[in-house]
Amino acid sequence: MARKLPRKDVVIVGLGWTGAILAHELTESGLDVVAIERGPWRDTATDFNIGYVSDELRYAVRRDLFLQPAQETLTMRNTTSQTALPMRDFGSFLPGTGVGGAGVHWNGHTWRFYPSDFNLKSHLTERYGAARLADLQIQDWGVSYDEMESAYDRFEYLCGISGKAGNIGNKIQPGGNPFEGPRKRDYPLPPMEMTYAPTLFAEAARSLGLHPFPTPSANLSKAYVNPLGIAMGQCTMCGFCERFGCANYSKSSAQTTVLPVLMRKSNFEARCNSEVLHVNLDATGKMARGVTYVDGNGEEWEQPADMVLLCAYGLHNARLMMLSKIGKIYDPQTGEGTVGRNYAYQTNAGVQLFFDDKNFNPFVAAGALGQTVDDFNGDTFDHAALDFVGGAGINCIPTNGRPIGFRPTPPGTPRWGSAWKKATRDNYLKAFGFSSQGSSYAARGNYLDLDPTYKDRFGRPLMRMTFDFPDNDIRMSHWVSDRMEEIAKALKPRQYVQARRNKSWNSVPYQSTHNTGGAIMGADPKTSAVNKFLQSWDVPNVFVIGASAFPQNAGKNPTGTVGALAFWAADAIRNQYLRNPGPLVQA
Amino acid sequence: MLSGWYFFKPDEARALEAIVDRLIPPDDLSIGGKDAGCAAFIDRQMAGSYGDSSRLYTKGPFMHGLPTQGYQGDATPAMRYRAGLAAIDAYLKKAMSNRGFAQLTAAEQDLFLKDLEAAKVDLGKIDGKALFNLVLQNTMEGFFADPIYGGNRDMASWKMIGFPGARYDYRDHVAKHNQPYPHGPISIGGSPDWSRKG
Ligand SMILES: Cc1cc2nc3c(=O)[nH]c(=O)nc-3n(C[C@H](O)[C@H](O)[C@H](O)COP(=O)(O)OP(=O)(O)OC[C@H]3O[C@@H](n4cnc5c(N)ncnc54)[C@H](O)[C@@H]3O)c2cc1C
Ligand code: SF4
Repeated sequence: MARKLPRKDVVIVGLGWTGAILAHELTESGLDVVAIERGPWRDTATDFNIGYVSDELRYAVRRDLFLQPAQETLTMRNTTSQTALPMRDFGSFLPGTGVGGAGVHWNGHTWRFYPSDFNLKSHLTERYGAARLADLQIQDWGVSYDEMESAYDRFEYLCGISGKAGNIGNKIQPGGNPFEGPRKRDYPLPPMEMTYAPTLFAEAARSLGLHPFPTPSANLSKAYVNPLGIAMGQCTMCGFCERFGCANYSKSSAQTTVLPVLMRKSNFEARCNSEVLHVNLDATGKMARGVTYVDGNGEEWEQPADMVLLCAYGLHNARLMMLSKIGKIYDPQTGEGTVGRNYAYQTNAGVQLFFDDKNFNPFVAAGALGQTVDDFNGDTFDHAALDFVGGAGINCIPTNGRPIGFRPTPPGTPRWGSAWKKATRDNYLKAFGFSSQGSSYAARGNYLDLDPTYKDRFGRPLMRMTFDFPDNDIRMSHWVSDRMEEIAKALKPRQYVQARRNKSWNSVPYQSTHNTGGAIMGADPKTSAVNKFLQSWDVPNVFVIGASAFPQNAGKNPTGTVGALAFWAADAIRNQYLRNPGPLVQA
Repeated sequence: MLSGWYFFKPDEARALEAIVDRLIPPDDLSIGGKDAGCAAFIDRQMAGSYGDSSRLYTKGPFMHGLPTQGYQGDATPAMRYRAGLAAIDAYLKKAMSNRGFAQLTAAEQDLFLKDLEAAKVDLGKIDGKALFNLVLQNTMEGFFADPIYGGNRDMASWKMIGFPGARYDYRDHVAKHNQPYPHGPISIGGSPDWSRKG
């Protein structure tokens, strides 16, 4: 039996990116907040220490900071006709654990979505007709870019994002992304100093009439003091960024932007190594009473609270809702049910270039240091004559030269022996790649539910992921790969090698930890799990914050939008819900 | 060099040292996998959480999966090495007049490894190609990892390709496009030069 603890105003499940922001915002309103985090406490000096942080085997290969599948995993299959089997090791995506969540070891590409991404269904229907979307389950978000603008701005200033605005108040800014939605002001910091490969990439793209610009990065181009008064350092381009914590306080994360202030507040408490099992509902099933969790000693506790915020990462948000019976689980046959609906991912492809006469020093790199071409992303280009919707950012962002993972050799090179060694030595400094990060549009058969067979360490069903790339997205990716090939040719390498995206989605090679959907936002409770303020339609004192809210994914990394949604939801709670607790939108 | 084996028995260790020395042969570019410590590296990995899969999801039922579903076997890496090296030994002793891998000539060793890689060796219940891939992956991990793990002695692989290791600060070089980086590598454990006297 769980032992009952004293009541709190708010319990937050997960102390990662969104949990930290919500905790800070709601404690500012004077609420008594506890965050329950299943992983360990982590901080820069103790856990991302410069003396040992640059350890590729430990962090990048054995993935020391990540969620271990023994603690929680998922089952996966590509279609409903297959039997899902557990991901015994994570591969394609790598969920985080511990304080800071996946924000500890992300790269830091920090994007805003386009205005047309938010009203995607209306926008595309109007421009291309409904028939174009027939195979997809695209939806509007229920919130507009204009409503989100100031929330984006707050996240970017919290983080110290380094970039160049492309559109300030509808005035196009030279050197930035000319396609972006209007912003009120520029980024807090200028772009990072460019390395060689992205510089050449940008020159080649410009020669083709494209519009490259510096990728907005959460690796800081300069020292910075954020609006909470927290100081951060300049990124040293150490090349141990993605999958690593930053030893320099240069990568935006809960640790470097929120926690130093949050942890000093008397109305906040963080409880680590404590895994929330489920949200407890009252007898009507329409109000949450708090959560039950298991602490590091295996003891069960009940934490009563007036509000529950799920900030557990999109996938885990969806599973916690299923296990807690909040809302109805989606059924792909009938199309009914909302929890698990519209799971989407990211449709990526790449190209590798080999040169004879250039030295790229691949180890001089940071997680988000590079150049992006967005001429073929979202709906920045006319799809009228094309056979797909969506698009991809083309990114030249060489993140590292760590040699267990980065040893480019041309196709046909043996994998071992003296010939392998020579090719490895000859190409290590002379190759680079760039990639397309494509939209992933929802389809009826791509969804999350509970697995009928496999259980977690507490004997509860694992979540089951059923996903393959929709034909639309494959066509999109191939078309963008053709555009990438044009850029590759303009770079005049000795040789280039394309890695095109084809079916089926493979759970083994890493692709991206950009899992979206499962508890999507929208205007209609029949087709969305949460309203436009991320409040559960079914249990209004539960808010569900994360990329779980995306109705489909854009051709951009999610966290700029996830962070903005965190501020957006916090505002709704502080300014509306607290005054009048109850549904903020009438169903 | 590390001494003493934590997981492998003497015969297994001898065979594995011979294997890693063909995967990464000594030549004018670097020392070989054996001298670099790759077999000792794998030994330590087998004795830890990688070898026993204790971080992975290891609950049944175990079913044959699709390629997109990843490894679905119930054997841990440690179990796969133990059974795999024994199967290689039995196979070779039968096929190569009672000689194990370590007793073959270099040319014979290479031929066998090529066949194993190409799924041309019948090791009974053991998937020879998957075994080859596991050994190759772990050997490369050892050779290119920080020397603190025992498989990249004197940063041999880093010197060979020009990776500066754990330096962590490249601000003075970022604008020097296309110019060689002037400093040699440093390990988490420092540099051998630092402890050399005189
Ligand atoms: C390798 C990698 C690279 C990435 N690079 C980028 C990038 O360049 N750009 C970008 O936009 N995004 C990137 N991301 C994604 C980014 O990290 C996430 O979008 C972001 O962290 C999501 O924030 P969150 O608060 O939803 O989840 P998280 O930050 O992961 O926090 C969730 C927290 O909840 C905890 N939790 C989960 N379940 C429970 C439970 N039952 N009980 C208690 N606690 C629980 C988890 O342990 C975790 O700490 C990357 C991710 C990874 C893994
Ligand atoms: S690349 Fe920069 S931001 Fe990333 S870990 Fe290194 S110093 Fe930190």
